[in-house]
Amino acid sequence: MSSELIQTYFPVFVFLLLAIGMSGVMIGLSFLLAKQKPDAEKLSPYECGFDPFSDARHKFDVRFYLVSILFIIFDLEIAFLFPWAVSLGAIGMFGFWSMMVFLGVLTIGFIYEWRKGALEWE
Amino acid sequence: MSELIEAFNTFIQTPIGAIIWLVARIFAIMVPVLLGVAYLIYAERKVLAAMQLRMGPNVVGPFGLFQPFADALKLMGKETIIPSGANRFIFIAAPMLTFFLSLVSWAVIPFSDKLVLANVNVGVLYLFAVSSLAVYGIIMAGWASNSKYAFLGGLRSAAQMVSYEVSIGLVIINVLLLAGSLNLSDIVRGQTSMWYAIPLFPMFIVFFISGLAETNRAPFDLPEGESELVGGFNVEYSSMSFALFFLGEYANMILMSGMTVILFLGGWLAPFNWQCPIEFLEPLWGIFWFTSKICFMLFMFLWVRATLPRYRYDQLMRLGWKVFLPFSLIYVVGVAGYLVSTGNFPKVGV
Amino acid sequence: MNAELIPAVLFYLFAGVLVLSAMMVVASRNPVHSVLFLILAFFNAAGLFLLLGAEFAAFILVIVYVGAVAVLFLFVVMMLDIDFEQLRKGAWKSLPVGILVGLVLVSQMVMTAVNWQSLPTAGSSILSPAARHAAATNTQAVGAILYTDYVYPFQIAGLILLVAMIGAIVLTLRDRGGVLRQNINSQITRKASDVVEVRKVQKGAGIS
Repeated sequence: MSSELIQTYFPVFVFLLLAIGMSGVMIGLSFLLAKQKPDAEKLSPYECGFDPFSDARHKFDVRFYLVSILFIIFDLEIAFLFPWAVSLGAIGMFGFWSMMVFLGVLTIGFIYEWRKGALEWE
Repeated sequence: MSELIEAFNTFIQTPIGAIIWLVARIFAIMVPVLLGVAYLIYAERKVLAAMQLRMGPNVVGPFGLFQPFADALKLMGKETIIPSGANRFIFIAAPMLTFFLSLVSWAVIPFSDKLVLANVNVGVLYLFAVSSLAVYGIIMAGWASNSKYAFLGGLRSAAQMVSYEVSIGLVIINVLLLAGSLNLSDIVRGQTSMWYAIPLFPMFIVFFISGLAETNRAPFDLPEGESELVGGFNVEYSSMSFALFFLGEYANMILMSGMTVILFLGGWLAPFNWQCPIEFLEPLWGIFWFTSKICFMLFMFLWVRATLPRYRYDQLMRLGWKVFLPFSLIYVVGVAGYLVSTGNFPKVGV
Repeated sequence: MNAELIPAVLFYLFAGVLVLSAMMVVASRNPVHSVLFLILAFFNAAGLFLLLGAEFAAFILVIVYVGAVAVLFLFVVMMLDIDFEQLRKGAWKSLPVGILVGLVLVSQMVMTAVNWQSLPTAGSSILSPAARHAAATNTQAVGAILYTDYVYPFQIAGLILLVAMIGAIVLTLRDRGGVLRQNINSQITRKASDVVEVRKVQKGAGIS
């Protein structure tokens, strides 16, 4: 455990706490200051003046799941690229080609999804 | 005078003094950011008005300068409505989270050469991590409201934000290749001879457009598309919980401009390495350039909103996945290939 | 403030919240709350990594797990519209199976813990790759060995990602028929001469 690290991250930690406090205070103030007078009509979800029918939480297009799965994969790819980008000078040619093979493999997957139409939105 | 400084120095050595000094510095960042948000909202109304040959707010105070505060007070005095079918805890937590996330990034932003609250080694990762969390506020709001419009808006918004995050990540990799460090101050110092916007100009454009999409701004504001989704994920919000979303969106715009300036436009560095003409104001020179560049980027945000019509959803996804992603990936390969073949690696770090 | 004290306090704070929130993941009745507690647990794990000095691992944990994986979890839990009351009713029936699986896992862990033997040289070799780059930062230390010394695991990670990508597409992609798509190429290459025709119209006679 290095004390230097604590020195840099402690302000961030305090900043997080203060920011939480700030947003809590702002919400809390409006609860205190404003008159709260709920009634059934006021609290019903907005549906262009009609009474809402059925629950809003229903199934939706599977495409949204596909997008988030693809996002995870590309996010991981970026996570692998971060250390590579800052240490390219140290690892030289071999490191470069090692990453190119990795990216090549993923590009095969990318081409596959493109050809399959997974990126099409309708 | 020197006695005062000495007394101050001994005071901040004590544990309680150190905490108070830290809190004071944090507020010295938060308060200007919030004021900036207030006046960004004002500036947006004025700029849009000028572009559409209108007056904009001009009643409250001189030139309407007190308009943001009047709006804030009005919203403060409104009733917070929690819809009957909503999940109360998540419904209230979502705007708080959005607002919180838009503030915390500022902890690592370097305002000038010396002026940074936490000079984190992995500042870029911190910013990327915080911006990847922003999607939660929107999904939670959309789900907790239990309203169809909010649900659809939240869903669209989430898919849009994750799609553009990929291209933002790849653009950041390009900058890192040239900078050789994850530290934001080092990245800015690496631009002393040339701003990265010049060699990476296409990436600069990609980053700006992805930034528009990431902050749900026009022309990518279709999650809230007033004409079709009546406001998207925040239909059901009122009072301060709505205001927090609103403030969060604008704070994110300022943050995104700040990131653009740090990554591409040389942060606090003056163009052509100009020296400060007045020696007395030297400490403010960096802050001056940093804020001016941010204002310029923000003006671009407003200009785009006034000029371009809204995108269609399939076009939006196509642009993110089929244009930006492959393009920035190829650029990464190109930049890395250039560096490896010429051996012209950045001096910082290894 | 005591320099020794702060890390200790932070450690117990992070570790305590981590364990508590991990328990709440299992215990909370609302599945959405479960996922939110899971996210809290990830954050505290990241805090522990930070205390260890592993900045890079801490932030990657947040970026990948909180920023991407948990988003998917939340999507699935929030939107799949499973009747969770219904699921919970059946939970008691599957209790014996659950206990059995738990027992197997615990016994495996115990067996590993008891029989664990490390190579006599392991202690020094754990530290050696990073020690070579002691001067560099955390991220550079990772980068300096991951792509060269550990090139095979790295490429295998790439292959796993490829399999995941193809698997996701094969499992989820369904073609809906009759969808009109925008073909940008044909829009741009379209010329007026291809689609517009100018005809002379006689007075009183229509165009057929």
